Amino acid sequence: MKPSRSVMFRMLVGLILGVSSWCPWAADSRQWTSLEKDGIHDQENPALQVMQPPADALRLLPPDSAGNQVNWVKALRDGYIKPRTNLYETTEVRVLDSNILMKRTAELPYVLFPHRAHTEWLDCSNCHEKLFRSKTGSTPMNMFAILQGEYCGQCHGAVAFPLTECTRCHSVPRNSAGASQPVSK
Amino acid sequence: MKKKMKLHRLVDRTDLKLLVWMTFALVSGAFVTVDVTRAEYGDVVINNYSDDVGMRPVIFPHWFHRVRFRCKVCHADLGFQLKAGGNDINMVKIIEGQYCGACHNGEIAWSVEHCNLCHSATPGTPTQVHESTLQKLVAPSDARKASGK
Repeated sequence: MKPSRSVMFRMLVGLILGVSSWCPWAADSRQWTSLEKDGIHDQENPALQVMQPPADALRLLPPDSAGNQVNWVKALRDGYIKPRTNLYETTEVRVLDSNILMKRTAELPYVLFPHRAHTEWLDCSNCHEKLFRSKTGSTPMNMFAILQGEYCGQCHGAVAFPLTECTRCHSVPRNSAGASQPVSK
Repeated sequence: MKKKMKLHRLVDRTDLKLLVWMTFALVSGAFVTVDVTRAEYGDVVINNYSDDVGMRPVIFPHWFHRVRFRCKVCHADLGFQLKAGGNDINMVKIIEGQYCGACHNGEIAWSVEHCNLCHSATPGTPTQVHESTLQKLVAPSDARKASGK
């Protein structure tokens, strides 16, 4: 059967949109402020001309909707960047692959904390035992404290994706299949 | 049959409208300027001693460094506290190879004689993390005032 004109047209629209979202240059509307206009760099500094503007580096990295507009975890995993893990040869580079499901979230979806994404960037000692106790459920954190820069808020809201991205952490709907998964440590 | 054709035409027109709007959105998105007076997310201004000694405060761009180093290099190996301004850094320590000096020694990164590359903030800028959620949600009016809007 010959496809109708309407179906053909829809296929064409799908193709155009599909291609445009695949081409980074076509769909990328990200903008970064230049160092001259960012409000903190001194315009009279002669070295301003030789510094790299954020857009030069960040436009090459996978997009995100907030923060630096860069999905840093993806950038690392997919090899866009290869940041060093250590300066000293004796440093033990530790990565832990386990998830923690946090269920005390009032009415919001549960929080799924991925150790892997965090330890690919950070060392255990950055969080344990100072900010978070190792024993699951024993750290009395809440959003008031986090919004004031404690616990997760030490990084999220300052350098890791901002605290306005609620569903990135609160990612497991209550009563979903994932919500009944056993909690690993 | 006639009725069916009409329906098809109607659908076509809706699709066309959708296509036009989406193209418009994509094209216009490329020309929209977001906010002209905002520092990059995570830029830290460090002004523990700079103003007092007549140097420009330091700007530490997190984005530039995390392309090259994972957080753990500075925040675990080198002992940088997470809190902005929470490290008692001074030039003597840096020249001795502590803090920034672990890399900014002419071997891994450029060395300390390039003062202006770090000491690059407008004099009087206080120690803070720029574009932080706290800065945006708690004191958005102050931030707007500070950026002259």
